[in-house]
Amino acid sequence: MALTNEYIQEQLVAKFGEQVYAFSTANGMLSFESAKDLNLKVMQFLYDEPSLGFTFLTDLCAVNYPDNVGGELVVVYHLHNLRENVRIRYSVATSVNAPDVFTASKLFEAANWMERETYDFFGVNFVGHPNLKRILNVDEMDYFPLRKEFPLEDQTRIDKDDEMFGRG
Amino acid sequence: MEANHNITLPEGSIEKQTTTLNFGPTHPATHGVFQNILEVDGERVVSTEQTVGYIHRAFEKLAERRPLYQITPITDRLNYCSSPINNMGWHITCERFLQIETPKRVDYLRIIIMELARISDHLICNSIVGVDTGAYTGFLYVMQYRELIYEIYEEVCGSRLTTNIGRIGGFERNFSNTAFTKLEKFLNEYPKVLKEFESLFTRNRIFMERTQGTGGISAERAMNYGFTGPNLRAAGVDYDVRVANPYSSYQDIDFTVPVGSTGDNYDRFLVRNAEMWQSLSIIQQAYNKVQSFKGTDAEIFHADVPEYYLPKKEDVYTKMEALIWHFKIIMGEIDLPKGQIYSPVEGGNGELGFYLISDGGRTPFRLHFRRPCFIYYQAYPELIKGGMLSDAVVTMSSLNLIAGELDA
Repeated sequence: MALTNEYIQEQLVAKFGEQVYAFSTANGMLSFESAKDLNLKVMQFLYDEPSLGFTFLTDLCAVNYPDNVGGELVVVYHLHNLRENVRIRYSVATSVNAPDVFTASKLFEAANWMERETYDFFGVNFVGHPNLKRILNVDEMDYFPLRKEFPLEDQTRIDKDDEMFGRG
Repeated sequence: MEANHNITLPEGSIEKQTTTLNFGPTHPATHGVFQNILEVDGERVVSTEQTVGYIHRAFEKLAERRPLYQITPITDRLNYCSSPINNMGWHITCERFLQIETPKRVDYLRIIIMELARISDHLICNSIVGVDTGAYTGFLYVMQYRELIYEIYEEVCGSRLTTNIGRIGGFERNFSNTAFTKLEKFLNEYPKVLKEFESLFTRNRIFMERTQGTGGISAERAMNYGFTGPNLRAAGVDYDVRVANPYSSYQDIDFTVPVGSTGDNYDRFLVRNAEMWQSLSIIQQAYNKVQSFKGTDAEIFHADVPEYYLPKKEDVYTKMEALIWHFKIIMGEIDLPKGQIYSPVEGGNGELGFYLISDGGRTPFRLHFRRPCFIYYQAYPELIKGGMLSDAVVTMSSLNLIAGELDA
């Protein structure tokens, strides 16, 4: 039996009931959300349940929605069942004031650096991560650059010290 | 006078039995900006810690202020050994998101370019593995065929390394006759070269002893580490995005997915070599299909999407509508639909994914690149632990790490 989006949704609802919500299948990929403290339980269930078998973490990243009060940061997981070739997207929202989300690095080794990258750029604090420190930016940085509150530099500004760039 | 001649050493450094070795970031054997702080016991690697991010350029942030067509040059700079694949991957993502249907001829032309890029990517990787095991000849010999591939790119798009090839909907111009002539030359001459390249290495005893059994990983661990591409296939998992989620009409092409079994450096080398043969056959099939288009069909090189595909320059000067579209595209005044999409392609070193979120504005709200080598480089300490230091060098090059992609 092929693994269908409806079947995955049924299984999730049977297991977690109302706690998983916002199901949609835009562009053919099933996506859903849950509360952030459920993230490990949901992914463990998707991993362990033999008829689901989402054992491959394709991608992990975060998105910043500044207008979504109480859920400004959203952590997005893309999971893949390689055998049936089905992908799903799972996301949890967290407040920017207490951005604590459980780490998935015990379940997927691949999550280790992806979570470090997400911490580096969005400041999501992955609880239980073995080595949560900046990865692409310098350690001394004291802000999270991919958050929307940091706009890109205005390209028309004229107060820049050109000498620093060899154009003085 | 009591001068203090003591040097302050970190605690425990006298008792320590291992040596700390700083390898990189600009070491000639790392082939890119990679730093590793190794703990070595004699010649054996005890542990390592990788430092990445030396050439981080904030692509994801930059992309948030650019209209779609201006993001293509950013993707060039991810895996720059096969930038056409990144360009096409980005165009395909946009086309899927905007629900643009591309003509078959465009798909086949894209396949030709993507497979040429795959060959040049694998060629670099495999010949560098050769260099690191002491065989420089192969590397120098195959360079002239990478040059030929670059000349084909040049014919199609005008540049060689950071190609910015193609547009949303197709190509910027039709392939010239010279491009096809060069492609034919490549198809005629390359099999012989690849054969020779293989016979330099595949059964070479020194090469086999250096690569077999080093840097190996089991299929299970490889999947847990998020391996994709040739590295995963070398461990025995036949996952290939071209087969699993076909794009650009790969479903019309007949090819096999080579797999290894041990996931070690030798298997990775063999899988890449076998993939080059497959790519050659794919190019030949796609080229045959391209040639079957006759008359006006052979003039099709882009889809009819005026909102995203720049009109011809002479039309801009003479036709009102073309001028309007030209202006709107260049000024980035086209609003995108709302929504999100994850779209993967099979890059040179693994699954290259684009996760695009749009809030209905002119630029992506968020664009995330799934960069394969960022994900699988995490496994490096596990791959080299307990092995010889010189094998660690070979393992690093056989993973096909590209600093530009890793650091994004």
